[in-house]
Amino acid sequence: MNNTQSLPMESTIKLQIDRRDVAVAPGTSILEAARGAGIHVPSLCYMNLRDTCISNLPASCRICVVEVEGRRNLAPACSTRCEEGMKVTTTSARVMNAQKTVLELILSDHPTDCLICPKSGNCDLQEMAARLKIREVPFKGEQSSHVKESSPSIIRDMNKCIYCRRCEMMCNKVQTVGALAAVNRGFNATIAPAFERPLGESECTYCGQCVAVCPVGALTENDHTNRLLADLADPSKTVIVQTAPAVRAALGEEFGLPAGTSVTGRMVSALRALGFDKVFDTDFAADLTIMEEGSELLDRLARFLDGDKTVALPILTSCCPAWVNFFEHHFPDMLDIPSSARSPQQMFGAIAKNWWAREAGVKREDLVVVSIMPCLAKKYECARDEFKENGDPDVNYSLSTRELAGLIKRANVEFDSLPDGDFDRPMGESTGAGVIFGATGGVMEAALRTAHELYTGKKLENVNFESVRGLQGIKKATVDLDGFELKIGIAHGLGNARALLEEIREKRCEYHAIEIMACPGGCIGGGGQPLHHGDSARLKARARALYAEDAGKPSRKSHENPCIIKLYEEFLGKPLGEKAHHLLHTSYFNKGKAIQER
Amino acid sequence: MSYKMHVLVCGGTGCRASNSQEIIARLRESLEERHLDGEVQVIATGCFGFCEQGPIVKIMPDNTFYTRVTPGDTAEIINEHVVKGRKVERLLYKDPREDKSVSDSKHMGFYQKQLRVALRNCGFIDPENLEEYIARDGYAALAKCLGEMTPREVIDEIKRSGLRGRGGGGFPTGLKWEFAGKYRADQKYVVCNADEGDPGAFMDRSIMEGDPHSVIEAMAICGYSIGASKGLVYIRAEYPLAIQRLKIAIEQARACGLLGERILGSDFNFSIELRYGAGAFVCGEETALIHSMEGARGEPTMKPPFPAESGYLGRPTNVNNVETLANIPVIITKGAGWFNKIGTERSKGTKVFALAGKINNVGLIEVPMGTTLREVIYEIGGGIKNGKKFKAVQTGGPSGGCLTEKHLDVPIDFDNLLASGSMMGSGGMIVMDEDDCMVAVAKFYLEFTVEESCGKCTPCRVGNKRLHEILDKITRGEGEPADVDRLRNLGKVIKDTALCGLGQTSPNPVLSTLDNFPGEYAAHINERKCPAGRCKALLSYVIDPRLCIGCTLCTRACPAAAIVGNRKEPHAIDAAKCIKCGTCVEKCKFKAIFIR
Repeated sequence: MNNTQSLPMESTIKLQIDRRDVAVAPGTSILEAARGAGIHVPSLCYMNLRDTCISNLPASCRICVVEVEGRRNLAPACSTRCEEGMKVTTTSARVMNAQKTVLELILSDHPTDCLICPKSGNCDLQEMAARLKIREVPFKGEQSSHVKESSPSIIRDMNKCIYCRRCEMMCNKVQTVGALAAVNRGFNATIAPAFERPLGESECTYCGQCVAVCPVGALTENDHTNRLLADLADPSKTVIVQTAPAVRAALGEEFGLPAGTSVTGRMVSALRALGFDKVFDTDFAADLTIMEEGSELLDRLARFLDGDKTVALPILTSCCPAWVNFFEHHFPDMLDIPSSARSPQQMFGAIAKNWWAREAGVKREDLVVVSIMPCLAKKYECARDEFKENGDPDVNYSLSTRELAGLIKRANVEFDSLPDGDFDRPMGESTGAGVIFGATGGVMEAALRTAHELYTGKKLENVNFESVRGLQGIKKATVDLDGFELKIGIAHGLGNARALLEEIREKRCEYHAIEIMACPGGCIGGGGQPLHHGDSARLKARARALYAEDAGKPSRKSHENPCIIKLYEEFLGKPLGEKAHHLLHTSYFNKGKAIQER
Repeated sequence: MSYKMHVLVCGGTGCRASNSQEIIARLRESLEERHLDGEVQVIATGCFGFCEQGPIVKIMPDNTFYTRVTPGDTAEIINEHVVKGRKVERLLYKDPREDKSVSDSKHMGFYQKQLRVALRNCGFIDPENLEEYIARDGYAALAKCLGEMTPREVIDEIKRSGLRGRGGGGFPTGLKWEFAGKYRADQKYVVCNADEGDPGAFMDRSIMEGDPHSVIEAMAICGYSIGASKGLVYIRAEYPLAIQRLKIAIEQARACGLLGERILGSDFNFSIELRYGAGAFVCGEETALIHSMEGARGEPTMKPPFPAESGYLGRPTNVNNVETLANIPVIITKGAGWFNKIGTERSKGTKVFALAGKINNVGLIEVPMGTTLREVIYEIGGGIKNGKKFKAVQTGGPSGGCLTEKHLDVPIDFDNLLASGSMMGSGGMIVMDEDDCMVAVAKFYLEFTVEESCGKCTPCRVGNKRLHEILDKITRGEGEPADVDRLRNLGKVIKDTALCGLGQTSPNPVLSTLDNFPGEYAAHINERKCPAGRCKALLSYVIDPRLCIGCTLCTRACPAAAIVGNRKEPHAIDAAKCIKCGTCVEKCKFKAIFIR
């Protein structure tokens, strides 16, 4: 939007910002125009994730106000359009006094416990207070007092909320979940589930996108770091870890590395340094997922092509726990459509506790399986009852990328200078197909690589399905399987998923298979990832890192993973077989009903 | 049937609360008993405006204006006035200035300076009777528009009239219509903003209760001019009578083909529905109103896009206030040239005000723009109650400013009020006397805006709260000199940065009292004194030992056991225990207790 050079002259608007001539496209806001010209007008509630259709423009914090000549009051730069001949001043005494006063007002109703806040050092408000050099808050008065609330994934501390409405926008406009919205008014206005019920009793899917965009410490993850430290210190426990594909593409950002730096090797070394007994890879389980989910797709397709009218198509992926929660809440009439395959996290847990433990001679009760996930819904997923055996979860608990980074820092590990380590065998062995699970379209691409070969019986030469990559909200493609035209759809963000599901419900859907990821960009943009602070370039860089890692892998098809082949031979039998069905598949529940009955 | 005489009884909310419905029933009974019901008709009208003197009964054609009528007076009115032709002297209005009875409203100070355009039918016709509206040129304007004028001509006529929005903003109505007319869409909407929220204001309610068809007719005219076939009235659920009368009127208009398809044989279709508001002040702001109608949270959003471009359900929408609309039919029938001769250079026509506070004639008035505050307060309002001294008048509702003696000769219009540090608002006018503490007044209004803020933007959500807290501190005698600058800076920043009209004006009561009554703030802060004797925390109750005879009455009455003393000896008040309730002052027969 700020690239004015390439625009033809007649379609530009010329204005002055701080006595500098600026030309922008019609519709450009003063804030975008100013930033494009190198004038960084401060902002808090504003957020614009370019190329994702995600933007937050309530114009409510009033930090970005500027002076526009001829206008009675100050204008919020974020939501005031540029007009021909406008004269804008961003640094007058009037503007600076207003910005400072508004920030003082926000701080007058904000706890000053920065030293012990989970967002300390990563807080937009803290940064703004430092930038505007706030040294005292002249306004004393009532402080908001809400009860801090904890759910399996998310902690809400609304006393820290600055009412930027980003979480509300994410939950409603982007995710169409509708769990969080503004309630009450005036000074008592806050963001909460309906009737101010706990999050756990709402439609919340735990996607964590509210946490991902919260500029302050109001929404944070349910932190399991101390639990992990206790387990690692317990000599009677064998503690093993799995790391999701998207973690390695983002973890480096927490250590000052540029977005898109793949840190797989250093991450493995760090985990080993932390004291894990085995460092395994969720990518291994991703390959396993492809075996099961891909087989299920082919099975349903075969039956469909045989004329079986009862077969549920399209098949929907089921790796994403927030997505599973979403359809359990909002589409309980369609529980038969998603694949019954468990997510990679849970497949890993089931194999680890039922197979690896036996192979390694570890008793189930002594084995602690920890996952490092880009996701907050995974914390909820591993606590689901159906993934427990006699109360013992297959995956004991899950830490986010951010929590891992924090732990590495606490453990005096110099991340930058770590040597590259290798995952342990056998559950650390993975193909490129497993790696790309972390980006939107990746699961579908991985499935296509396997399904193509299994369906046609021919070797797939070009494994890159470019048409399913990228940040477009809904992607559609047709893949030629030796004459059979497989129609696929890909959605990331639950609002896009809803659009596809409604098509299915209204029988307007022409797809055979659909991949859905709850978070924008897929897992790389997960609620547990390093905060993007409104910069979508970070998401794109993380995706590039995953595709680069895929390209560098010796094997890029899940069914070629030697450890997977061995696992089926020695333990599981064949995909969709009885053992696989028992350990690797699941069923879904109507959660909408539970809420209605409450 | 033609009647010889009409008895008009106010059926507005105020007079109904004082039993006007029973008055109507008794009048009708008496007439029936005397078999006069074929000659004399009793009509329940809308509000006469002179609420202070309600319930009002007016006899036509001789224009006799009876005040403070009770159901017990009805027999006498019938026997004396209707039957014998003798006016009931004791029910006539007494002019306090000359201490004599005035029988005709035309000669009453309250009405003399008024010009009723928007209120033309209120107190004159039965609002539940379409024929009565039609007899007063009702729907002639709609017929003229549909039959003789193009939409463009209608808009031009309204533009020429100079009519400006009566809801508070004062935006030129014709221009607003022109914008909404400009956009193309499959559906457009006309919205009547009947979310009247200023404390004590009842201009719009009176119009809807007293002349609902004028609003309906105007909405249809607007619909014709901008190309909208649907109208919505956003009205507070707490206005049951207005709702009932609007519903009746809409049904009557529909039954007669004045609403619906192919109105009056034209190609124009128009229908009206009601939408109820739950009484949030901020929903009077047009974007918040639209969100509320859509079922979303009632909070404002940034303009542009203006509702004219993207309003209700994303369609072009024109929002006008009730009083604005009530002016439209007259402008069309009498012409823009007639209308724009009334008023001042940039504010045409009249304005309805709800007079309230320490003024003799509390009620609803309508005056030409340009009338001075002095004329309104002293001539129409009859001056200050109980002979007290005028101190300030607050115009513009809770976020208007407090104007003083020096502003009394300012001609009232949009621009003059703004220039004086207040605003027109929707027409609230609250008069204060020497007993009012201006710091407490500012605090009172801030309490309202704090309560009514939607909370969306920081300056309004937190800023107004902090303004209120500082004012509260000052009235508790805990103010510090720096608070004055703090209030001033914060007030200015809130006005400068708030998202909508509510926040952009809410500091006005603080800023205007700081400007006009700096001494009162100084007294509270520096001397810990409230000159008006209003701020409890700054008062102390003292017994004058020379006057106290030790009767112990106060001791026994004091709920806090704060008064000590032996019988027949002067008593004393323990300031630490005293809760300043004033009971002792009331009880003391010797005026020995005073407030310091």
